[in-house]
Amino acid sequence: MYRYDTYDQTLVDERVAQFRDQMARHLAGRLPEEEFRPLRLQNGLYIQKHAPMLRIAIPYGMLSATQLRRLGEITRRYDRGYAHFTTRQNLQLNWPALEDVPEILAELAEVQMHAIQTSGNCIRNTTSDQFAGIARDEVEDPRPWCELIRQWSTLHPEFAFLPRKFKIAVTGAAADRAAIQVHDIGLRLWHDDQGELRVKVLAGGGLGRTPMIGDVVREDLPWQHLLTYLEACVRVYNQFGRRDNKFKARIKILVKALGIEEFRRRVDAEWAHLKDGPQTLTREAVEAARAHFIEPERRPVAEDAIAAVEALRGENRAFGRFVTNNVTDHKVPGYKAVTLSLKRREHAPGDVTADQLDAVADLAERYSFGEVRVTHEQNLVLSDVPVDELETLWRELDELGMANPTVGTLNDIICCPGGDYCGLANAVSIPIAQALQERFEDLDFLYDLGPLDLNISGCMNACGHHHVGHIGILGVDKKGEEYYQISLGGNASDDASLGKILGPSFFREDVPEVIDKVLKVFVEQRHDDETFLDTYRRIGLKPFKERVYA
Amino acid sequence: MPDTQLEHAQTLIKLGQPEQDDWALSRHEEALPGQRPVIVPLALWLDHAGDEGLAPWLPSDTELTPELAERLAAAPLIAIDFPAFTDGRGYSLARLLRERYGYGAEVRAIGDVLVDQLYYMSRCGFDALALREDQHLEDALRALGAFSVSYQPAVDSQEALFERRLKEQKGA
Repeated sequence: MYRYDTYDQTLVDERVAQFRDQMARHLAGRLPEEEFRPLRLQNGLYIQKHAPMLRIAIPYGMLSATQLRRLGEITRRYDRGYAHFTTRQNLQLNWPALEDVPEILAELAEVQMHAIQTSGNCIRNTTSDQFAGIARDEVEDPRPWCELIRQWSTLHPEFAFLPRKFKIAVTGAAADRAAIQVHDIGLRLWHDDQGELRVKVLAGGGLGRTPMIGDVVREDLPWQHLLTYLEACVRVYNQFGRRDNKFKARIKILVKALGIEEFRRRVDAEWAHLKDGPQTLTREAVEAARAHFIEPERRPVAEDAIAAVEALRGENRAFGRFVTNNVTDHKVPGYKAVTLSLKRREHAPGDVTADQLDAVADLAERYSFGEVRVTHEQNLVLSDVPVDELETLWRELDELGMANPTVGTLNDIICCPGGDYCGLANAVSIPIAQALQERFEDLDFLYDLGPLDLNISGCMNACGHHHVGHIGILGVDKKGEEYYQISLGGNASDDASLGKILGPSFFREDVPEVIDKVLKVFVEQRHDDETFLDTYRRIGLKPFKERVYA
Repeated sequence: MPDTQLEHAQTLIKLGQPEQDDWALSRHEEALPGQRPVIVPLALWLDHAGDEGLAPWLPSDTELTPELAERLAAAPLIAIDFPAFTDGRGYSLARLLRERYGYGAEVRAIGDVLVDQLYYMSRCGFDALALREDQHLEDALRALGAFSVSYQPAVDSQEALFERRLKEQKGA
């Protein structure tokens, strides 16, 4: 993974010093809250319902064992011994003290981490595919490109006060696991007929109050121009994005208002001046970035070990379930990627304890070259596990409560922190997730349903990505009462779509029953091999509506 | 218009140093002040081309067309207004003036100019920073030097860090 050199380290250290100075001025009364606010947000610091919240960046989801241990220490020393992985591959601390934050940032900097631009109206952490570099369907490892984007966007002097937040996601695989169509800018790396790398650039996707699927700005950008083209896109947004209404300030509103042709024309007019300028990438520059993501030295795995694992899948039902749901094929035969489930009934989706962070660090070192990835579904991945160690890893994960064999099922709920923590939320979301996990815990039932994304957001800011859940649940507030609106048919992957609202919203206690009715309609109406999404797309909203509101 | 309505920058930092300022600032859209030198709204400046005691200030929503940039080339200084410190359009305007149109005289930030914006402003080509009156000079000078390294090229440095690293590797 990427390792800092003295430049990166200096910049992060200077950022800590800068924030320490800003915090001191704030506490001394020289920097009023309204002026301190954007500064603290761009260092990941929110003031929440009960306490401050610190959002730590995990660039494109990559973490080392050393970093995990440091995160464990920090949650013990400065928080309550647990932390929360978000849908954007970041980590949140829910209970740090305001005045401790500079010190926390300093301790993060010691392990090459930071909280720069994890909030605020600026370019946020660039996200990517959790199986980057190991996926069988990958044409180009997105991580070197993400790192180039990370550097370009970090403390960009022109773009620290954009109209609104700005999120970039990158995929280099056939299947989009980075949800690029619902980002402000989505990038897909692909090869043309000559084998040259090109970038498809989407703009104007996003969730939140006005969910939209991104439009294609450019199909075939030559890779050399990635950064200058991004600069042109963001400059157009900075100049013309609306600033009079924060609910209309995202780039998606600008793209829709101008139309994609006019937006593209403005970007191209801007780019004409930047193209071939000083940020044009060279082969050497890209190779230097790639050198940080070299293949680990994988030992060969015996053929019969692969066969033995297959045999064990048949013999041991629990192991078989784990392999089927939580283990992903690897581009190298004899290796697998293992998803560690952070979805357990007793915990909020995405929550980990400090002890688990330590334990995962140990597992990463013993089974997967000391690295871990964070997924946008709020799980963790060990990306390079030899199959002959799969069984022992599974047993260890089981003891840690991280082997729940439900990845990709209804039980693998994506969920924001909601009204239990978040100052923005209209309603709680974690108790909804827990009630659903409790009601639908029978594994055979879950497997029979097949792949099913159920996403929950506690308000229309949509941190739980409810618009792109096959089933989406949104907490709404009506005259101080919490209600839940249910939508069907959303999808974050290649053929992305936004869910349609089923109808009037429900009381909290009725949500599991409503979901049960929705699932019954699916089970009754599905054709062979149809997923929930397939059936929904074939039969539409009506049969679901009729059953639920009967 | 009575000249008592004119603003004077309490604290001006020019090229990283505090400096006594000669220029007054008028925000009145129509009335031309008597005092010289004075910075006036862009439209007023355009109407009085040739008056060498005048300089324009650009609102943050100025669309910097090539035609406008050509006229601005004659200005002794150009100020860019920050109506709110969260309005980031002025950063793009300054870069365009410097990088696209090669404007070489003073580019001054006016309005809601706060300590913690100064580093970004100076990278984008502002060489004069008229601090909002409540800002502390010592804080400002310290903030200007907050970073010794940057990833992107901007007005202050035409080289991306990735290029600099490659050069150093070759040299080493």
